[in-house]
Amino acid sequence: MNTLNELKCSFPARSENESFARTMVCAFAAQLDPTVEELADLRTAVSEAVTNSIVHAYRDAEPGLIAVTVRLLPQDIIYIRIADKGCGIADIGQAMQPLYSSAPAEERAGLGFTVMQSFTDRLTVTSHIGKGTTVIMRKKLRHGTE
Amino acid sequence: MVELKQEPKKLTAFLSGELDHHHVKEIREQIDFAVREQLPQTLILDFLHVTFMDSSGIGLIIGRSRLLEETGGRLEIHNPSQQIRKVLRLSGADRLAVIRCTVCGKEPEHEYAQ
Repeated sequence: MNTLNELKCSFPARSENESFARTMVCAFAAQLDPTVEELADLRTAVSEAVTNSIVHAYRDAEPGLIAVTVRLLPQDIIYIRIADKGCGIADIGQAMQPLYSSAPAEERAGLGFTVMQSFTDRLTVTSHIGKGTTVIMRKKLRHGTE
Repeated sequence: MVELKQEPKKLTAFLSGELDHHHVKEIREQIDFAVREQLPQTLILDFLHVTFMDSSGIGLIIGRSRLLEETGGRLEIHNPSQQIRKVLRLSGADRLAVIRCTVCGKEPEHEYAQ
């Protein structure tokens, strides 16, 4: 599909980068003139994906990198890819169940994927044990016309 | 961040800034310390100055709700923004606490039905 514009960035999986990551994606998406609510949805969905990589992917290792790609596609579709090279998810179906968390002691609500799913139009998760996890989200900006 | 105000039987945590995974840990520790010390009948989490919240904030709410069950108090959520209410509704955490707007007169965007 034709990419109209693209942003690529990577940063260490450290929690102080959560704010930077969601702000960066939103600043880039602002070109499409999203509504306040659409921007808030994107901000929240990106925050969940990046936080997942920070909390889970490099749990037993030095924090590696998180790579973020944002593309503006025709028809006001925004494509966001967030990838880590961490431990991977053994059972994606289980991980995506609302309220499931592999880190309950850290008071994670187990809602990361639920938020990503609800606040975007399409969510794909691919993961390989020991190789990492990639989350791709797509959202069509409707500018409040629907 | 968080500022705590203790009154008889009541503890209010005025939260501010961005409630994400990076920031909730310290907030949680401060609130829990004060709750265990004071054992308030009501804990109010005031979101008026919170500019962003993701599911880390939900973890904070659920965890405090459990703590209050243990200490015999109840939880109130004050002044969540529209973005925060959307996350609350999605998580079902809006059923764990009384949600109130105490500043509706001043800020119409905070006006909503309980």
